Amino acid sequence: MNIAPDGLEFEKVHVWRGDRHVLQGVSAHVRPRELLHISGPNGTGKTTLLRVLSGLLRPEQGSVRWLGQSIMTFRTEYQASLAYASHEPALKGDLTALENLHFAVGLKRRITAEELHAALVRTGVGVCADLPARVLSAGQRRRVALARVLAMSATVWLLDEPYTNLDASGADLVSGLLQAHVQGGGLALVVAHHELRLPCSIRRLELNS
Amino acid sequence: MKVGAWRAFVLIVYRELCLSFRRPEHLFQPLVFFLIVTTLFPLGLSLQLSQLRDIAPGVLWVAALLSSLLSLDSLFKSDADDGTLEQLALSGQGLTLIVVAKTCAHWLLTGLALVVVSPIVAIALGIPTAAFATMMMSLALGTLTLSWLGAIGAGLTIGLRRGNVLLSLIVLPLATPLLIFGAAATERAISGTSAVGALYFLAALCVFTSTLAPFAATAALRITLE
Repeated sequence: MNIAPDGLEFEKVHVWRGDRHVLQGVSAHVRPRELLHISGPNGTGKTTLLRVLSGLLRPEQGSVRWLGQSIMTFRTEYQASLAYASHEPALKGDLTALENLHFAVGLKRRITAEELHAALVRTGVGVCADLPARVLSAGQRRRVALARVLAMSATVWLLDEPYTNLDASGADLVSGLLQAHVQGGGLALVVAHHELRLPCSIRRLELNS
Repeated sequence: MKVGAWRAFVLIVYRELCLSFRRPEHLFQPLVFFLIVTTLFPLGLSLQLSQLRDIAPGVLWVAALLSSLLSLDSLFKSDADDGTLEQLALSGQGLTLIVVAKTCAHWLLTGLALVVVSPIVAIALGIPTAAFATMMMSLALGTLTLSWLGAIGAGLTIGLRRGNVLLSLIVLPLATPLLIFGAAATERAISGTSAVGALYFLAALCVFTSTLAPFAATAALRITLE
């Protein structure tokens, strides 16, 4: 039986940072409607792995394939179907929350201000839409960053510790968004330090030093 | 629906202009620096008008280069510091387009602004009004070339803590042809002879850097983003 290649697959990924062998042959295959939970102690290369999978960082060895094709051969197109949220919210303090979303999401797809506003409302920061990002609290910034991921309507989500700085309702929100995304046919790779309890197919990847 | 390259270019330029007008002090500092440095020379040297005209092209161009350097540092660094550069790089638009758009916006905000205020400086230095058009043309070409050169330097020095000194050391030697031909064009315009030759050289440098520098700057950014 011949199965068409699907999902995001990475195989024996090795990354050195100077003398440090950060990623030592990490492999996994995430298919649509699946979530990969990446965990492990600090400094074991979780963020590095996400950067490799986003195409920002080229691994010294190993391959990353999207739909069966190496992502480095069509990096720009691959990145267009990707939403990456790093551990920092990546917002411009001088721009309002809505403008931040407009400039970030507007490069990925054509989107109206109403849609962006709806994304902010969905993540619970609709009232902050016209406030400069610099006056927002850390939790609110995280929510704006989540709204950006949501508004990109990307197939692949790469989330680096999306639960940081969030209160209980924020944590539920992240779980809800992840669940809806995965059940809607997307795939998500999430770095988190605690157990993810979601009613969807979760694979685990534990990184060790 | 996918966003076309032109639309993305306009969006990034608009973003840079927005950001910059929210912080007008960053916009005015290089211009004020340019005005102050050039007016210091006549004060410090107490020259005759004819002597002032002799040194005017050199003073004008050195001041223009230095004041352009002041703002180069922020070309990619502030975006790299808050993580928005990563978001731009992952926007699916290709890093070269982002580099080109950001550099064009940077030139509009610094180079073009410098060209606009240069007549004030020219009056202070005793440059005749007949030479203004050539002087402004040469400055426009020169500052655009410098923005392209600066994009390479800025891309290389993002990760460094005191990168702005190194940035100057990388960019200034590359900018010497600009100084030579720019000052020559201005000098000829002042003396009333044809400055076309020097302007052609400046235009050639501008075309050369604007076709090749985007790729070099993209490569530099790729390295620093890793």
